[in-house]
Amino acid sequence: MLYLYDGPLDVPTILKEWYEQESESNYGAYIPFVGTVRSEDEIDGLSFDIYEPILESWFKAWQEKAKEKGAIIKMAHSRGDVKVHESSYIAAVFSPKRRVALEFIDEFVEDFKASAPIWKYDLKNGERIYALDRSTAIKGSGLLS
Amino acid sequence: MVRVEFLGPIQKESLELEITNLNELAKILQDDKEIQEWLENSAVAVNDTLVSSRDLELKDGDKIALLPPVCGG
Repeated sequence: MLYLYDGPLDVPTILKEWYEQESESNYGAYIPFVGTVRSEDEIDGLSFDIYEPILESWFKAWQEKAKEKGAIIKMAHSRGDVKVHESSYIAAVFSPKRRVALEFIDEFVEDFKASAPIWKYDLKNGERIYALDRSTAIKGSGLLS
Repeated sequence: MVRVEFLGPIQKESLELEITNLNELAKILQDDKEIQEWLENSAVAVNDTLVSSRDLELKDGDKIALLPPVCGG
């Protein structure tokens, strides 16, 4: 499942909800990754734009991959502003055995960073500045150049 | 008529264009001073599917999106 929220994520609530959703599903492993906004470069926080139609199809493809391994994947992300020390991203894999989930969460988060249609901005001195230097061009970029 | 949307940080209003393929779109955008700097690092989606070739016929009502570099999380 894919969950999008306006503003920061309520980490304890989301992790608890996901745990409860699968507590009777006979998965031996629940591996969550929680991303927290760090204090650096004097930012007040981060802000995000999401293009939902492509995010949904990207996520659906990962759900299919998870299914092939007997696993499931869940993800939550923020829209808009998230302050320092708050969370903007949670991903989790549930699988029968730990190895699949540990490897899958790594692959999933790496592809998320490179492919998910989400744009990040630094919030600094009341401005919203696109984080171009930390962003990755999606595979196949430059088709019209 | 084809609609072209510019996503994320690209500060540009959508365009409505009479074009039939992506080569025509490339030509129009390469001449557009606001957008030309984004072309090299932007991906292209047609009707919300990313495309990797310009050999694609566009039809009336198609929606094209330009996706600049991403950074979720």
